[in-house]
Amino acid sequence: MKIDIRGLTIKKAHSDLVGGKYSARDLAEAYLAEAEKRNPSLNAYLEIFDDVLLQADAADKKIKEGTATALTGIPLAIKDNILIKGRVASSASRILENYTASYDAHVIEKLKDAGVVFIGRTNMDEFAMGGSTENSAYGPTKNPHDESRVSGGSSGGSAVAVAADLALGALGSDTGGSIRQPASLCGIVGLKPTYGAVSRRGVMAMGSSLDQIGPFGKTVEDTEIIWNVIRGHDPKDSTSIDTDKRGYKNADNADRKFRIGVPEDFVSGEGIDADVLSNFRETLEKLKSAGHEIIPVSLPHAKYSLASYYIVMPAEASTNLARFDGVRYGLHISGESGIDDYKKTRAAGFGPEVRRRIMLGTYVLSAGYYDAYYGKATAVRALIRKDFDDAFGSVDAIATPTSPVPAFKIGEKADDPLSMYLADIFTVPVNLAGVPAISVPSGFTQQEGKKLPLGFQIIAPHFREDVLFTLGRAVDYNNEK
Amino acid sequence: MNEEDVRKLAALCRIDLTDEEADKLRSDMESILGYISEIKEVVALNGSAVGQADTHRNILREDEEPHVSGMYTEDILAAAPDQEDGYVKVKAIL
Repeated sequence: MKIDIRGLTIKKAHSDLVGGKYSARDLAEAYLAEAEKRNPSLNAYLEIFDDVLLQADAADKKIKEGTATALTGIPLAIKDNILIKGRVASSASRILENYTASYDAHVIEKLKDAGVVFIGRTNMDEFAMGGSTENSAYGPTKNPHDESRVSGGSSGGSAVAVAADLALGALGSDTGGSIRQPASLCGIVGLKPTYGAVSRRGVMAMGSSLDQIGPFGKTVEDTEIIWNVIRGHDPKDSTSIDTDKRGYKNADNADRKFRIGVPEDFVSGEGIDADVLSNFRETLEKLKSAGHEIIPVSLPHAKYSLASYYIVMPAEASTNLARFDGVRYGLHISGESGIDDYKKTRAAGFGPEVRRRIMLGTYVLSAGYYDAYYGKATAVRALIRKDFDDAFGSVDAIATPTSPVPAFKIGEKADDPLSMYLADIFTVPVNLAGVPAISVPSGFTQQEGKKLPLGFQIIAPHFREDVLFTLGRAVDYNNEK
Repeated sequence: MNEEDVRKLAALCRIDLTDEEADKLRSDMESILGYISEIKEVVALNGSAVGQADTHRNILREDEEPHVSGMYTEDILAAAPDQEDGYVKVKAIL
């Protein structure tokens, strides 16, 4: 039968599958057909798996036995830095081109138990370093709304897979905005959970104190369904937290009215696109007329977020990426000595952005500079976290645009790393504070005859993802009302 | 930052650089360091003390319930570019 995948959500597909309207195999075939048709130009998937239909058959068996859960038979796309045992995981890097994962990430164990169908692994900025997917060793992912523009990043392939109906949902990772920003640029929903709420075991580490795995969905509801499956305590991740023990409650659809804080100075600072700002104001008005209260709040140290982030993150990344040395994994280029092997392998295997961040991280950690850079950056990080704590004393949530600009042209920022970094301004403070945030589609801007999506970011206190889902439903025009 | 500094840093990072790459990295590093150096000027705006970093402690599990010896060896060795007799093989160090 012909399945209309355009209007499909995880929630609807689940009821169709359980109701016997079509099988998981039919559903997988529909997504495979779309992926085969559109992936050559979009470059969302680095690999479409060859056993998708076998996975679907296993899901159909679960459905027949009556043991199906919300994600059984649902086709998902997985970012290329999340390990699935026996499959290649390259982080879109040459250095891991042929690396096969030797174990499942915690989130993958959970999704396998749920009977998910993995369609493929998605393109990304190499080792999740970037905001456009242009830093992939395998070419950029294109924005389905305008193929001359970037998808955002670093989880650009996952965002495009969902936005272009090449999967019903996806996983990404978010260190400084890598889920929320591509979700915003592609017109879908993306969640960065509370730090520790989802296990990091099996995601390739970039900035360990900042990284979180999170879901993409077409609607807030779909995103919440995936989140509820992947969250949970993992004894094999020392920073993992049992969200239920911390009092996490599921979002309810009760007619709750929230106090929403807007950090005015921060939001209307330099470099924000006029259409982004006016869409942000319109969305606030919409929330206000729905009965929510809009209150000005102050995040006095937020303006130092980027400086703090671009010290802490490369410091952690330079340490984490020391393991890619041509001895234990992947690429090996032989030199005159052991040390020479490392230098040649890393020169051939890492792209320019990865090298820049390793150099920067090594610099800020080196003797004589450590206190001035890394020491100061971690101290400022504590101030930023306190700013959020103080603000959440008087509001339930904080709102900002997700990205200061809509999707930009491929190549536009490629030669100027600093200008790319500055586009992370609204997403980075969230990772520094470890709080959860969601990006929800809030409208469009017309540029050069193309409609480009815009996103609205909602930030909540630690473990209050329920506030994000409830408020997100009020903003998201894709949501089933 | 001059080219020699960049070379020295690259050696610490264990990355070989061509002359062209060293030159590009020097100018990139200058502009990024110029930006992040604003961190040195930060004074607390809300009365908190700057200089108080987060305190993280190591979280360790009990050293118990080991897995069966050797059960992961084959999978892990399979990822290594070169191996011999159950070991990862490297060039002579001394």
